[in-house]
Amino acid sequence: MSSGTDSPSGASPFSLRYWREMPNDCMPKIVLISVSLCVVCSFFVALSAISLKDLQMQNKLDEKRMNIMQVAQLQDKEGSLDQIFSKYIESRLVDIENGTFSDRFDPENFDVLASREDPGLSRTLTTAEDRAKIKVRENFAVVYLVKNDAGEYSNVIIPIRGYGLWSTLYGFMAVSIADGNTINGLQFYDQAETPGLGAEVDNPRWRGLWPGKKIYQDGTVKISVKKGNHNGNAYAVDALSGASLTSNGVNNLVQFWTGPLGFQSLLQKLPQSLS
Amino acid sequence: MVEYKKVLLDPLVENNPIMLQVLGICSALAVTSQMQVAFTMSIALTVVTALSNFSISLVRNIAPSSIRIIIQMTIIASLVIIVDQFLKAYLFDISKVLSVFVGLIITNCIVMGRAEAYAMQNPPIPSLIDGIGNGLGYSLVLMIVAVVREFFGSGSLFGFDILITVNNSGWYVPNGLLLLPPSAFFLIGIMIWIVREVRREQIEPVEFAIQSTAQATASHL
Repeated sequence: MSSGTDSPSGASPFSLRYWREMPNDCMPKIVLISVSLCVVCSFFVALSAISLKDLQMQNKLDEKRMNIMQVAQLQDKEGSLDQIFSKYIESRLVDIENGTFSDRFDPENFDVLASREDPGLSRTLTTAEDRAKIKVRENFAVVYLVKNDAGEYSNVIIPIRGYGLWSTLYGFMAVSIADGNTINGLQFYDQAETPGLGAEVDNPRWRGLWPGKKIYQDGTVKISVKKGNHNGNAYAVDALSGASLTSNGVNNLVQFWTGPLGFQSLLQKLPQSLS
Repeated sequence: MVEYKKVLLDPLVENNPIMLQVLGICSALAVTSQMQVAFTMSIALTVVTALSNFSISLVRNIAPSSIRIIIQMTIIASLVIIVDQFLKAYLFDISKVLSVFVGLIITNCIVMGRAEAYAMQNPPIPSLIDGIGNGLGYSLVLMIVAVVREFFGSGSLFGFDILITVNNSGWYVPNGLLLLPPSAFFLIGIMIWIVREVRREQIEPVEFAIQSTAQATASHL
């Protein structure tokens, strides 16, 4: 490989001809080509990322709101997503340990994901405690209070998550504020369970089994997911057929998030504090 | 022009990237359980292959041969990121299902294979057409596999219910195997078999003879 500094026609290094005459495999040309390629490529990547960012953020926000509205059964209300959301939904920050509302962070901008990384804002679970297999539980969570047409609080929507068979299932659960005990909806918005088997947690028919079920009996969590027809049993939901491990995962995560390490104290205090 | 037509249509059956070259199998297994997703993936891959072939062909004469693979990768990776950004902005639901597989187009052997085998030696326009042709060849296989998998695995086509499944109080018991990635292996295998029976020139010459069982047993004695 020659150094490439000599030009046969004596062209100046600042002319295009100088570079065209240089063999492709000379070091200065390699550097020049790779640098300019990077600049051109990064220009296009940056352009697309920046110009589409607003749309992407809006998509993410809309999707989250859509899920909250579905679990709150507000999807039939008229108006735009923004209007329905501001009329019926109120987001609040909760101190999970005490079960009280907190003003320490703004619920609209609170980054729950980041707080799980912060040892001061999260709790590392021991193996015995960690029924939902989530390893770390945040200390502050954002819950959504749902109001009815008269403006009275009707439901609280709590975020739940836990491991199924292949993936962590992320979802929301709506619980009645009047008794802090009756489930009014359950929905997972992110999961990667087996299509047709575990992924049937998304099936509206199975989700329809949850409303009306009760969580606590005499102050302890009794709700469970198990095999069989439980139409008359307020504390059990039929497991998904062919998906025992996903069903066990849902059972564990629901019990965890409604239990003492989850939102139990909040749910027990809500009937007095809000209604 | 006749030559362009050949460049465009050859990869569909005669020189199909999946069935003859057996490239891009990984994503063909992963994204074919629903037609809608397979369709989006097909378009994404066709766009990336076409544009990467075009841009790589543009720089083919100034690209130093010692870093040509890196140049190809940089161009392909940038195009994939741009496609991914568009999907996230305009087809959010589908982009969630495709998740990492759009990003993995970067490693799809079809894109790299066409860049190295065709775009480095040919002018931009034929390279663009070659990219579209190979993208379509990939899409064709993907769609055939997806039709079978979605119809028998979920009883629907493009998300519309055709056979009402038991889970929705119908009569059809879905074939769970077809929802799992290995089923695409069987389907692609069957397709390769059929195509090679019809077009026997695609059958590769045997590299070494398989010993018969009787001889093998005898030689061990």
